Amino acid sequence: MKSLGSIRRSFAPWADPASVPFIAVRNVTKKFGNFVAVDNLSLDIYPREFFALLGASGCGKSTLLRMLAGFEQPTSGEIVLDGQSLAGIPPYRRPVNMMFQSYALFPHMTVENNIAFGLKQDGMPKPQIAERVDQMLKLVKLDKFAKRKPHQLSGGQRQRVALARSLAKRPKVLLLDEPLGALDKKLREETQFELMDLQQQLGLTFVVVTHDQEEAMTMADRIAVMAHGKVIQVATPPEIYEAPNSRFVADFIGDVNIFDGTVSAAGPGAVEIATEAGFKVRLASAEAPAVGTKAGLAVRPEKIRVSRDKPSCAPLNAAEGEIWDIGYLGDMTIFHVRLKDGKVIKASSLNAVRAVEDPLGYDQQVWISFDENAGVVLKD
Amino acid sequence: MVTWSRFNIASIVFGFAFLYLPIVLLVIFSFNESKLVTVWAGFSTKWYVQLLHNQALLDAAWVTVRVGLISATVATVLGTLAALAMTRYTRFRGRMLFSGMIYAPLVMPEVITGLSMLLLFVAVGLDRGFWTLTLAHITFTMCFVAVVVQSRLLSFDRSIEEAAMDLGATPVATFLQVTLPVIAPAVFSGWVLAFTLSLDDLVISNFTSGPGATTLPMKIYSQVRLGVTPEINAVCTILIGIVAMGVLVASVVSRRREIQRVKDEQAAFAL
Amino acid sequence: MSKFGSAIFNRLVIIIPYVWLTVFFLAPFFIVLRISLSETAIAMPPYLPVFNLADGISGIVEKIGQLSTANYEFLASDALYTNAYLSSLRIAVVSTIVTLMIAYPIAYSMAKAPTSIRPTLLMLVILPFWTSFLIRVYAWIAILKPEGLLNQFLLTLGVIDEPLIILNTNWAIYIGIVYSYLPFMVLPIYSSLEKMDHSLTEAAQDLGCTPICAFWRVTFPLSLPGVIAGCMLVFIPAVGEFVIPDLLGGSETLMIGKTLWNEFNSNRDWPISAAVATILLLILVVPIMFFQHAQAKADGEGK
Ligand SMILES: Nc1ncnc2c1ncn2[C@@H]1O[C@H](COP(=O)(O)OP(=O)(O)O)[C@@H](O)[C@H]1O
Ligand SMILES: [Mg+2]
Repeated sequence: MKSLGSIRRSFAPWADPASVPFIAVRNVTKKFGNFVAVDNLSLDIYPREFFALLGASGCGKSTLLRMLAGFEQPTSGEIVLDGQSLAGIPPYRRPVNMMFQSYALFPHMTVENNIAFGLKQDGMPKPQIAERVDQMLKLVKLDKFAKRKPHQLSGGQRQRVALARSLAKRPKVLLLDEPLGALDKKLREETQFELMDLQQQLGLTFVVVTHDQEEAMTMADRIAVMAHGKVIQVATPPEIYEAPNSRFVADFIGDVNIFDGTVSAAGPGAVEIATEAGFKVRLASAEAPAVGTKAGLAVRPEKIRVSRDKPSCAPLNAAEGEIWDIGYLGDMTIFHVRLKDGKVIKASSLNAVRAVEDPLGYDQQVWISFDENAGVVLKD
Repeated sequence: MVTWSRFNIASIVFGFAFLYLPIVLLVIFSFNESKLVTVWAGFSTKWYVQLLHNQALLDAAWVTVRVGLISATVATVLGTLAALAMTRYTRFRGRMLFSGMIYAPLVMPEVITGLSMLLLFVAVGLDRGFWTLTLAHITFTMCFVAVVVQSRLLSFDRSIEEAAMDLGATPVATFLQVTLPVIAPAVFSGWVLAFTLSLDDLVISNFTSGPGATTLPMKIYSQVRLGVTPEINAVCTILIGIVAMGVLVASVVSRRREIQRVKDEQAAFAL
Repeated sequence: MSKFGSAIFNRLVIIIPYVWLTVFFLAPFFIVLRISLSETAIAMPPYLPVFNLADGISGIVEKIGQLSTANYEFLASDALYTNAYLSSLRIAVVSTIVTLMIAYPIAYSMAKAPTSIRPTLLMLVILPFWTSFLIRVYAWIAILKPEGLLNQFLLTLGVIDEPLIILNTNWAIYIGIVYSYLPFMVLPIYSSLEKMDHSLTEAAQDLGCTPICAFWRVTFPLSLPGVIAGCMLVFIPAVGEFVIPDLLGGSETLMIGKTLWNEFNSNRDWPISAAVATILLLILVVPIMFFQHAQAKADGEGK
């Protein structure tokens, strides 16, 4: 079997203008009374994609998913699945299945009856049902638990039953609402990889809702970052992290330092910004904002160096400050450095050696600096 | 940890003594040899034997049971529908009135319910008897069923219904295969409650029944007015015994199931 | 959700019980009202006919002209009825308060009982509720009679020299109501206390409240919904109680439920009974609506 990485690397249908989206969400709005839960949202999801909806609690992720499943009707807009509009199609006639956050296992049925439920609704012949149920039980490694009721299972086992049940009908799309939300951290990390393997193995399209950015980054081919019912950015995990399209995304994913400033020069391939913190920054940038416009500059902590000596690039991309706080995490150390104007920035450095001679200490005067390609310009 | 003080124990002991002493005394004196219910004259079951020869009483008992079975069954269907309507459809025209009609009978003085239903039957020209009695019992017991089933539905996890539909079950199939089996215990307790309420009712029955449809409480009442007798004590003891048995069995069964469930859960997490 | 599935199935769920209750519970009140405004007639049914839709609008208008408030005027003129209403209300209020005072410690102690025995205690409170009201009231006759068990007991102990006269007095009615309705008061209070987080009283004590202060400032206010529900469950039916005053009360006992029953069964005066019932309903409509509102709110919060 090919390694995941190699498949992944070549998988980018969204970059190919000729590919046809499998699920197309077109200008969908959902209102509950006057409250707008999903706001004029459009998305394309491609066949066999592992797509994540990421956002803070209450931003409308579940509502979007429930519209895909058919439990909510869009107030306006349209959802198209495999070329067919889903408008007016009730949930029990949609070729998608959902794995519920609470698992929603039928408490009065055994594990195998839970898994067989959907197949029975389709009127599949009994021997075939038995065969499929067996297959699903093996897939999620629960063959020994077929005769148990849900309350006789642990949380992790229930999660697998829910997964097996939603996969049993071989849906075109599997919708997963916080699938790992109820598991503890360790189990969650293991299960993330299992879900990815399963998706590859079965060749299905997964749409997963999560509020956990690490989970989204680990599993998804692409992530849609949502806020207040809108999609802010749709991109691959590295793009989201390294090239956030807005202050919101930069701030939402991981740690970031944002410097406000004014564009002082813009040439081909590079921009110069005079920051309010009092130093000039020169960044590699494909786009050239007009001189004099306000701009933000985002730099991740791990891309900032802290040193006693004045860096060679100074005064560009460098500033003086003092060490304000030190957080030792084992694998790395976080420094909070207070610049001259009072702004505190975060820098992290990997502890690659066991014992550093003469480590940086509190209140020391230091320089921070970063490379020309370390930051991104945020226009908003 | 919460402490159970002497005050707590005393309140419970006195409370339960107050609740149960009269009933216990009634039961004891049903086995009294003497015709006097307040002077103990030795143990005897003769009043029970005598009951078996009291044809009027046996007839009344038979009417009561028939009314109870029919009305409890119909009331359970209607009450369950009402509970579904109350919990599932939060907005429909006249919902306030509907919820009023569910809750009001729970507290409505029986004389009012009885009188008003009687006047309805007279107004539409229904002859009072077995069927008017049954209709009246259905009406007042269905509200109790509705409340019992409603409280189960409120704690019902709706996502299992969505899961059923997601897996291809139509709303009707979802109701029959998922909702109903899950709420079945509450529906059953609703039925038992409706049955015992029907069995016990005096006032509404007195208004709404007619010749040939005398129920046991009506019979007991007419005899009680003539004085306390061990024979009535014996009838009452049997009624209490039936109800107590039913409730005890039901609660022991549900207790067992609960204990089994907890054990199962512990076993699952021990894995 | 109502969009899915056969709309008919959805509709029927509402319509069937709605129509049933409208026909058998709501409509009868209007008939009662109508009859309370009729003249007494000797023939059977003993009142003049109700509205007939066949009469058409003019017929109905004409009938409205025939409506008579004579029954209400009669009720107002006879002090017997006014006294019966007032006495019923007084008895119901006093019994409700006494029931509350007895029920609260029981409910409170049950809620503090070890979890293992709580289901048993709960069942023991519910059990009397399932046994016949009539039987439970009847059981008190043998106890309260002058030669009854209570007097025998007290005489043997030497507490009293001659039998207390309790049966056929208002005392017996109070005892009967408190006894019969006690479970209705215990259950809602217990359920509101039981779901209360114990750490709340601990927090109150941690913040410097004595246990008694913690009870009055935290526990009791939080159990108020249960207390209110319990009081309604006792007060409303007690006002119209018939069996208790009939079996335990004496000839001088005035309670409106008994008056209504007698008007109807003994005097066969249907219009007067209907008028008595209408007034009783008017008195109770506010508490009933209050109860329904509180109950619906509690159920709404349960979601
Ligand atoms: N059925 C509903 N009625 C009213 N408001 C709702 C309903 N469902 C969701 N909402 C509101 O819509 C917003 C988005 O909810 P949801 O999609 O569940 O968010 P999340 O991103 O956490 O999954 C929330 O503010 C929620 O309160
Ligand atoms: Mg959600």
